[in-house]
Amino acid sequence: MLLKRIAPQLIALAALVLLVTLVYPGFLDISFNDGRLVGPVVDVLKRGAPVALLAVGMTLVIATRGIDLSVGTTMAICGAVAAWAIASGWGLAPALLLALAAGGIAGLWNGLLVAVVGIQPFVATLILMTMGRGIAQLITEGRILTFNHPGFAFFGSGTILGLPVPAWLWLLTGAGVALLMRRSALGMLIEATGINRRASALAGVNATVLLIAVYVASGLCAALAGIVVTADIRGADANNSGLWLELDAILAVVIGGNSLLGGRFSILAALLGALIIQTIDTGILLAGFPSEYNLVIKAALVLVILVLQSPRIAAEWRIWRKSQRASREALAERSRT
Amino acid sequence: MNTRALPLYATIVIFLLAYAICWLQFPAMLSTRVIGNLLTDNAYLGIVAVGMTLVILSGGIDLSVGSVIAFSGVFIAVLLRDSSLHPLVVFAMLLALTTAFGAAMGFLIHRLAMPAFIVTLAGMFLARGAAYMLSIDSVPITHPFYETIQDAYWLMPGKGRLRLIGILMLLIVLAGMIIAHKTRFGASVYALGGGEATARLMGVRQGRTTILVYAFSGCMAGLSGIVFSIYTGSGYSLATVGTELTAIAAVVIGGTLLTGGAGYMFGTLIGVLTMGLIQTYIVFDGTLSSWWTRIVIGILLLVFILLQKGLLKLSQSRLIEAAADR
Amino acid sequence: MLLSIRSLTKTFPGTLALDGVDFDLATGEVHALLGENGAGKSTLIKCLTGAYHRDGGTVALDGAEIAPRSTVEAQELGIGTVYQEVNLLPNLTVAQNLMFGREPRRFGLINTRAMRAEAREMLRQYGLELDVDRDLGNYSVAIQQIIAIARAVALSGKVLILDEPTASLDAREVEMVFDVVRGLRERGLGIVFVSHFLDQVFELTDRVTVLRNGRKIVTERTADLDRMSLIEHMLGRALEEEVEQQGAGKAAATHPDLLHFEGVGRHGVIEPFDLTIGQGEVVGLAGLLGSGRTESAELIFGVRPAQTGSARDEKGALDLKSPRAAIAAGFGFAPEDRKTDGIVADLSIRENIVLGLQAQRGWARPIPRAEQNRLAEDYIRRLDIRTSGREKPVGDLSGGNQQKVVLARWLAMNPRFLILDEPTRGIDVGAHAEILRLIHDLTGAGMSVLVISSEIEELVAVSDRVIVLRDRRHVAELRGERVAPDAIMRAIARDGTGDGETARCC
Repeated sequence: MLLKRIAPQLIALAALVLLVTLVYPGFLDISFNDGRLVGPVVDVLKRGAPVALLAVGMTLVIATRGIDLSVGTTMAICGAVAAWAIASGWGLAPALLLALAAGGIAGLWNGLLVAVVGIQPFVATLILMTMGRGIAQLITEGRILTFNHPGFAFFGSGTILGLPVPAWLWLLTGAGVALLMRRSALGMLIEATGINRRASALAGVNATVLLIAVYVASGLCAALAGIVVTADIRGADANNSGLWLELDAILAVVIGGNSLLGGRFSILAALLGALIIQTIDTGILLAGFPSEYNLVIKAALVLVILVLQSPRIAAEWRIWRKSQRASREALAERSRT
Repeated sequence: MNTRALPLYATIVIFLLAYAICWLQFPAMLSTRVIGNLLTDNAYLGIVAVGMTLVILSGGIDLSVGSVIAFSGVFIAVLLRDSSLHPLVVFAMLLALTTAFGAAMGFLIHRLAMPAFIVTLAGMFLARGAAYMLSIDSVPITHPFYETIQDAYWLMPGKGRLRLIGILMLLIVLAGMIIAHKTRFGASVYALGGGEATARLMGVRQGRTTILVYAFSGCMAGLSGIVFSIYTGSGYSLATVGTELTAIAAVVIGGTLLTGGAGYMFGTLIGVLTMGLIQTYIVFDGTLSSWWTRIVIGILLLVFILLQKGLLKLSQSRLIEAAADR
Repeated sequence: MLLSIRSLTKTFPGTLALDGVDFDLATGEVHALLGENGAGKSTLIKCLTGAYHRDGGTVALDGAEIAPRSTVEAQELGIGTVYQEVNLLPNLTVAQNLMFGREPRRFGLINTRAMRAEAREMLRQYGLELDVDRDLGNYSVAIQQIIAIARAVALSGKVLILDEPTASLDAREVEMVFDVVRGLRERGLGIVFVSHFLDQVFELTDRVTVLRNGRKIVTERTADLDRMSLIEHMLGRALEEEVEQQGAGKAAATHPDLLHFEGVGRHGVIEPFDLTIGQGEVVGLAGLLGSGRTESAELIFGVRPAQTGSARDEKGALDLKSPRAAIAAGFGFAPEDRKTDGIVADLSIRENIVLGLQAQRGWARPIPRAEQNRLAEDYIRRLDIRTSGREKPVGDLSGGNQQKVVLARWLAMNPRFLILDEPTRGIDVGAHAEILRLIHDLTGAGMSVLVISSEIEELVAVSDRVIVLRDRRHVAELRGERVAPDAIMRAIARDGTGDGETARCC
């Protein structure tokens, strides 16, 4: 059942890995150095962390028929908050908490605009997308706010049991949220709200609170992603942190087979989608192509997925199949007589 | 009075108030020199916002325009560097290309029945990626024709210079006003934004209108790219990141309903000038940082979205009350 | 004949929406088309306007056979339509709406001045003097309807179909629209008038055609009909037959009071009403479409907040501000429109059944999967839901089975008071009987039920007490022996001599 759901993503990922290995034979090499695993695959797991983290929250938002365009700027804000707290000597735990709180507030803001004020999701999150980098720059005062704090940097470049910390972060977040969704009733209630908000509300589902919650979750995931990026470069770059990552996150979610029209979702498949994107990124680099190809390939991918998900194309396909079947039957009928 | 026009009046009042405040603090703000610069500096934004206004009026959105502007700059710069074509020929090629690009996006939006923002997001990737593939570095443009048009201006009384690109922007806004308010195509755009099903019942050809709207936006983005390349004298693939957001904000601050169907092309001009004014103020002030621009724009965007939401509720409840009173 | 329809047939998967319907329209005639929901009125109209393509039969306009493929094509042929929901754009000006698609132009640009003058001239023919430069949305619905009529007539000019154009108008506005319609009749147009307000039918129309279950029941001159026979045709029950059965009435069982609703109402939706529900009692709501049946239920369940009134049970006041509050008070509501308000199509049967229960328990206390399976299997068996498995998406089921799933959702929550809005609409005969039996079983177990139905026999069969609604108010209550089809129909039909003629709300 589960395997069947994620089979397309697994096959796509395997094919992609094969392709990259053909062009760059060392892709699957992993060595153990200095207590840490090293190799292109490990690099994919680490570099893919921001998009994977964002994809977790974005999956929930998209399941409710929404979209969160502000995750990239929320990353920048949270990274800036964390870097500012570290640089001002607040210590590690307060810095992390502050960053998460910033993400939660950003999500709450979006959620209130969508669920309570009733603004369309993409418009509501566009507001924060527009002003977010300004807020981040306000915090960093327009500089790249650098710091030297090994404890915080650990979240970007440390390793636990040989695996990079960012990889652990998205693996654990993804597993944790997926478990929470499926072990509690949240998953079903979110899906019901996304498919038919009115019927769900009539059945007693508190759709308003659920909607706010998914945007908060998305904000928190963006905060984690912001922490990882900031810790990795040991500085908060308000201009470039999370730039265009909202698009990657949306792409990861839809590669994961989650419909932009809401409803059934799979976090696992979205994470595989994020891995596919990162494998393309890394593969292009390793294969010696200029990284400029990245955006074009992603655009083509979005296009293919849009065609696959289009309700109009699906309807036409059904009609075409039906007419084909009908003409086949007519043919069979004629040959019989 | 039509409630629909209220945001437009609000926009004009806010702009005049803001200008008055600026003038009180810095009397030099009221010189033709500042006004000339305001028009020149925001020429590319004004042009792309005209296209965006039409898209938003139709109930859509075009997130690709920032990337298309960057692509246009690089395309022009690389062609002028590597070939001996006259800039005007290059311009024509570029406009044909970006118009076709917009039309293709419009076709997909209509054909796939998918949200415009996701289709144009793909377009944003594609255009930016294409710009990267042409050149990653900034390519300077050194063509005598460019120098000629860069130097072309009309000296206003008070020694302000109204440059060619500023005049072009005003002409484009005028053309936009005629298209939106004076043609059947414009009426179809408003109708689509007011309600697709009803518009179809009234005889709007939805596919054709959608394709034309995005083609127009693509054309405006290309033209804006030309103006931007004249303004900066170069083409750079990393330029105008986020311009689509600024353009959307200018349209909304100009009083156009982000969900479509209501708004005025003239308001967009005021919206663009309001944004330019914020920037000019920050430059004059000297102590404020440039990131305040984005925050103020975001706040204005929020205020206008809430204002429109409130007006919608108000007019609905007023209709119900009017019905109940009888 | 201006328009002549012969044995028109239209099928949808699973239903025969129109079954050999004949219909004639003469020039200078207003012809009423009547029928309850699902009778086939809107299908017939859509076949005329090109929204649907007929499967059989002929449609001839001025003697020539037509088969429009779109509303635009129908308009060009001469058939214009005005719907209940105004089909114009509130964000355009009156002039733009009137002249849309045929604006006068000069040098390729719209000549605003000429457009304004032409629009004003058009409206003057209808006795309207308006500022045509204002947005349409600024005008009342009545004015908007007249503008819609003006546009439809200008574009088509032979046949005008009015599909419940007066549904949201008050008495004075209705007169305004009627004056316009009478004027058009004099100009020789053929007008098809769809309405569920019988007073209006008698006031305005020359002939009446009644549809029921996709068939034409009767076409008569309006003057030759009285209200009673018209309602008989619509609801499909000859009174004489019923009178005999009436004796089989039920013993007026006594039910201890469970719930009291006092003065519950909402402006323009339903006049304030009182309602008492007894434990284990079935109360039926009868009335024609648009009489306020569903609206009463929606106010009780908090779907639309009530502006006045209160509710209480034996323990004290109940706050019914939202469906969640109503559910907390032990209410359930199976709505009329299953597709948009009932099922969650992409979720499985199991998930749809446990959805309400789960929402009530809260997200943190999931119902164990084994328990979910047991519940689902249990209700699939008890309600005889025909499916190949509990994990099938509900959207794949037939209408009757979808209805059973929605019922199962509520039964799983074991409410003390269940509201069923048209529980048997669009359901085959077998399932129909099962659901009525189920209602009987439930009340036997002590549950109270409020049933809304357009089928009078069904109400008579299940109800202990029937409340009759007319023109958005509760007008009569029948109990015991009096719960019988003829009494209900008389209460529906009473044209209100004494209580305010064509009194509508306000």
